[in-house]
Amino acid sequence: MGAKTLLLKGITALVGVTAILFVAASPKHDVHVEKESWSFQGFFGKFDQAQLHRGFQVYKDVCSACHSMNLLSYRNLQEIGFSEAQVKEIAASVTTMDGPNDEGEMFERPGKPSDRFHAPFPNEQAARAGNNGALPPDLSLIARSRAGKGFGAYEGADYIHGVLTGYKEPPADFKLTEGMNYNEGFAGHQIAMPAPLSEGAVTYEDGTQATVDQMARDVSVFLTWAGEPNYESRIRTGLKAMLFLIAFTLIAYAAKRKIWASIH
Amino acid sequence: MSANFKNPVIRWIDHRLPVFSYLHHEANEYPTPKNLSYWWNFGSLAGFMLVVMMASGIFLAMQYTPHVDMAFNSVERIMRDVNYGWLMRYIHMNGASMFFVVVYIHMFRGLYFGSYKAPRELLWQIGVVILLLMMATAFMGYVLPWGQMSFWGATVITNLFSALPVVGKHIVTLLWGGFSVDNPTLNRFFSLHYLLPFVLLGVVVLHVIALHRFGSNNPIGIDTKGPQDTIPFHPYYTVKDMFGLGVFMIFYAYWIFYAPVTLGDPDNFIPANPLSTPQHIVPEWYFLPFYAILRSIPDKLLGVLAMFASILVLLVLPWLDRSPVRSGRYRPAFKWFFWMLAFDCAILTICGKNPPDWIWSPLSLSIAPDEGQAGISIIAMGQLATTYYFGYFLVILPLLSIFEKALPVPLSISRPVLGGGGSHAAIASAPAKNLAKTMEKL
Amino acid sequence: MADHAQSPGDQSTRRDFLFLTAASVTAFGAASAVWPFVSSMNPSKDVLALSSIEVDVGQVAEGQAITVKWRGKPVFIRHRTAAEIEQAKKDDAVEMRDPQPDEKRAIKPEFLVLVGVCTHLGCVPLGQKDSEPKGEFGGWYCPCHGSQYDTSGRIRKGPAPLNLEVPTYQYASDTVVKIG
Repeated sequence: MGAKTLLLKGITALVGVTAILFVAASPKHDVHVEKESWSFQGFFGKFDQAQLHRGFQVYKDVCSACHSMNLLSYRNLQEIGFSEAQVKEIAASVTTMDGPNDEGEMFERPGKPSDRFHAPFPNEQAARAGNNGALPPDLSLIARSRAGKGFGAYEGADYIHGVLTGYKEPPADFKLTEGMNYNEGFAGHQIAMPAPLSEGAVTYEDGTQATVDQMARDVSVFLTWAGEPNYESRIRTGLKAMLFLIAFTLIAYAAKRKIWASIH
Repeated sequence: MSANFKNPVIRWIDHRLPVFSYLHHEANEYPTPKNLSYWWNFGSLAGFMLVVMMASGIFLAMQYTPHVDMAFNSVERIMRDVNYGWLMRYIHMNGASMFFVVVYIHMFRGLYFGSYKAPRELLWQIGVVILLLMMATAFMGYVLPWGQMSFWGATVITNLFSALPVVGKHIVTLLWGGFSVDNPTLNRFFSLHYLLPFVLLGVVVLHVIALHRFGSNNPIGIDTKGPQDTIPFHPYYTVKDMFGLGVFMIFYAYWIFYAPVTLGDPDNFIPANPLSTPQHIVPEWYFLPFYAILRSIPDKLLGVLAMFASILVLLVLPWLDRSPVRSGRYRPAFKWFFWMLAFDCAILTICGKNPPDWIWSPLSLSIAPDEGQAGISIIAMGQLATTYYFGYFLVILPLLSIFEKALPVPLSISRPVLGGGGSHAAIASAPAKNLAKTMEKL
Repeated sequence: MADHAQSPGDQSTRRDFLFLTAASVTAFGAASAVWPFVSSMNPSKDVLALSSIEVDVGQVAEGQAITVKWRGKPVFIRHRTAAEIEQAKKDDAVEMRDPQPDEKRAIKPEFLVLVGVCTHLGCVPLGQKDSEPKGEFGGWYCPCHGSQYDTSGRIRKGPAPLNLEVPTYQYASDTVVKIG
C-alpha cells in the first residue's frame, strides 16, 4: 500500500509544518506576561475556596471603589461557599436605588441577593468624570477578555497578576504622560489606574499575610471564577464525557472489526 | 423497492407511502464500494455536525435576544444562569469550527481522489454551494454575541461589497439597514442565521441524491463493476461511521470541555463598541486563507473578486482537470502538486492570521514586526501562496491533464491485480479512452 | 450480507452481546446528550432567584386590596373588613364545589393572599377596585366566563372548578408577607 503510506506521510508532514509555523506565528505583544501556575488549571483543576473568598475581599475593599461588575449578582457568591445568610448580609451592606414606587418616586433600599453587584458609578460618563477621563473597565469578563490568544497562551489571571504587580519606577529615559502611571505589565507601559494595591491594603480574615503579590494572586483567581462561574462544572462534566466517549469508541471499534471480519 | 417488512403497521404505511422502502433502499441496502478508506467518513461526519449545529442553535435561540443593548448580556446569561447553557453555547461555537474541519477534509479528499470528475460534477458543485452557505451562516452567527470582534468583523466584511463600482455603496447600506452596523443589521443577521441552515439542509439532501445516482467514488477511483465490488451500506458503513464518529467526538469534546475559547478571540468578551476598533481584526480560523487572498491583492475591488474567485473556481474544476484517471494514487506528478496545495492553504492561513507588514524569518522560524531582520513579509508570502492557489487550478491541473503519464489503474475493485482477468463487461463499462491508455502502459 | 459468514453457537452469542452493548451504550449516550437541552428549558438561575417577593401589607387600609406581581402572575392581597370575614366564616357551612373552611385560607384572617388567576382558563378576575364588579358573593368576578368567588376566594358560581389558589407565603415580620 504505497499510496496509503505516502498519504499518511504527507499528512504527518503537513500537520508538523503547520504546527511549527503556528507556534512561531503567535503574535508578540509588547509586554511579557509571566505564566504562573494556578490551582484551577489542568484536567482536574479546582478553585481554592479560601483564595476565592480572599479575592472577593480584595475586589470588595479595593477594586469596587472604581470598577463595576455588572454580570455578577450577590446570589452568585453562594456558588463559592458563602452561606445564604452571609450573602444576604453582604448584599444588604450596600444601598441601592430602586423604583419607581406607587408615588412615581425612586427610592433607596438595602441590597438583595438577586441584585447585581453594586456599581460605583451610575453611568459611563460619571465613571470617566470621576477618573480623569479614563473608564475603569467592568471586571465581570476581564479575565477572559485579557487572556492570551491561541494555543498555550497565558491565562487572564496571569495578565491581571502581571498588571497588579507591574508598577515600577519608570526608567530614566521614559516619557511618562501627565496623570499616567508606569506599569511593566501593561501594553505601552502607561496606565491610567494608579497602583491599587499596597502592603496590607486589606486585612484577611483567615490571617493570610496581605502582600501585594498575595492580593494580586487572590483577586486574579476571583476574577477568573467571575469570568466563568461554571468553570468547574465544565471540566468535571468533560471528564465524564471523555470517559464515556472513549468507551463508546472502543465498543464501536470492536463491532466494526466483527462486522468487517468477513470482507477482504 | 419492495422490501418485505415484518411489522404490519410499517407494511400498511409503506404500501401507501413508501418512505420505509425508500429508506431501506437508500440507507440500508445501498450498494457501496467495499474499499472505501477512513477518508470517506467525513461526509457522514459533516451531516452529523449539521444536525448538532441546528439542534444546539434552536435551543440557544430560545434564550438569545437580538438587540444591540441586550445581545451581549443575553449570551452571558446563557453562560451563567441557563441550565447547561454554557454547554449548549460551547457545543455551538466550537461546533462551527468542527463543521469546517470536517468539511475541509471532506473537500481535500474529493480533490485527491478526483471525486469531482464525471459523472459527479454536479455532486461536487452542490458541495461548493454547501460551502458557500456554511460560510454565510458562520459569518452571521459570529456577529450575534455582539462582542468587539463580532461588530468589527461584520463591519469589515459587509464593507467588502462597497468595492463594487456604482452599486457598492447602496448594497452596503441595504445590508446594514442604516448607515453603520447597528440594530437592524443584528436583527436581520439573526433572522438569516436561523433560516440558512434549513436551506443548507435542503441542499444537503440534493447532495445525497446526486451522490446516490452513481454511488461513492473510492480510493482506486474506478467504477464499481458489479455486486462483487460492493457491500450494502448497512451494517458495514454504518458501523464504520459509528467508530469514526466516536474518534471525532473525542476530538470535539476536547475543545468543548478543555479549550472552549482557544479557537475564538478574547476580544469578543468585550461588548461591541462602535467608537473603538480592536488592534488586530482577524476572522475565525476557517476564513483565514480567504482573508489572506483578499489582502494579497493591493486593489480593493480586485482583492474582493479574487477572494470570491478562490471559491468559485471550484465550480469549474471538473472541466479544468481533464485527466481521465480519477484517483491521485495513480498520478505520480499530481500527487506532489496536490500536497503542495494543502501546504499552500496552511501558509495562506498563517498569512491571514498575522499583520501584513510583519516578517517571517526562516532562520528563527518566527513572525515579528519589521525590524530589518532577514525574511519575507507576510504580504509577499500571501501573494506567493495566492499565486500557487490559482496556479494549481488554472494552470497546473490543465497542463497535467495533457502531460502527466498516469500509472496503470486496476481493472476492478475486487481484483486489484493490474489488468488481470478483467471481464469484457468490465471493459465495456469503463471509460474507453482511460482503459486504452491503461492497456497501452501495460 | 453479513449473515452468511456467521457460524452458529458461541460465535454468534458473543457477537449479539457485542451489538447489544453497542446499542445500549449509544442509547445511553444519546439520552445524556439530550438531557442538557431539555433541562435548559426549565427556569434558569436568574429566574429562580426572583421567585420569592416580600410585600409590606401594613399600608393596605381595611376594605382595600392591592395587586402585586409574583412569578409573572398577579397576587391579590385584600385587607378584609370584619363583616367580610364573618360572612366567609358563616359560608363555611354552605355546600360548595371546592369546600374549604375560611380559616385554612388565610394565616391572619384580615389579610387574604390569593393568586389572582381564575382556575377556569387563566383570566384575571375583577373585584380588586371599588369600581369593579365583585359578583354576587362580594369577592371576585371573572369577566371571561362569569365565575364568581366569595370573600374567601372560594368558587361559588360559574364554570371554574377550584377556589382561587393560596400561594405559599409566610409573615417575615408583623406586616411583611414573604410570598414564595
